[in-house]
Amino acid sequence: MNVSVKLFAALKQFAGKDCLDVEVREGALIGDLRTKMIQQFPELAETFSHSMFAVDTDYVDDKVQISPDTEIACIPPVSGG
Amino acid sequence: MIKLTKAEIDSTELLEAVASQQAGAVVLFLGTTREFTSGRRTSSLDYESYPDMAEKKIAELESEACRRWPITECAIVHRLGHLELGEASVGIAVSSPHREEAFLAGKWLIDKLKEIVPIWKKENWADGTSDWVHPMMGTTEETRISEREK
Repeated sequence: MNVSVKLFAALKQFAGKDCLDVEVREGALIGDLRTKMIQQFPELAETFSHSMFAVDTDYVDDKVQISPDTEIACIPPVSGG
Repeated sequence: MIKLTKAEIDSTELLEAVASQQAGAVVLFLGTTREFTSGRRTSSLDYESYPDMAEKKIAELESEACRRWPITECAIVHRLGHLELGEASVGIAVSSPHREEAFLAGKWLIDKLKEIVPIWKKENWADGTSDWVHPMMGTTEETRISEREK
């Protein structure tokens, strides 16, 4: 299953795009997605490790199963305000 | 009122949004861009957001603040895009019957906004380099990822 992950700030800048396509197995969890992304960009391992994930604009934890047709975003530590 | 905007933050508009005859107090907080951070000089800042989620999370914070304190009105605006030094990046106005709740709610709102709302700032340093700011959890020092040389 191909998952498209929205990227922001330093992640977007490093990847050179605002969306990352990641191939995960059917039934994969958010934690599996995180592992795959670290494999794809090892230089971003620390930031991916400290990032949250959001599904349809709500934070989720690593145990949540990925469903097709949802909007997935990787949220690196925020710095607004 | 909740707004993400590329336009300058208008503090008068914030104050008018929370004005009410039921209120005995109005607290206005403005976060402004600072020249020196840990001894390093900033020349300007850029802010970006995940707009749909940022607006939703701010709305949730506002609802939660209204549950915790007897707030009359609340208005939250965050600036996006390019900011020069001294400009306001965020504005929060809270009105309530008595001052205590307005101060408490205002402080809680800015603290929580900085913790969970998906907005990020990039420091454009006076030496010509720039860094997205990503304060890593569990560390007191902010870890920054330097801009990759193109």
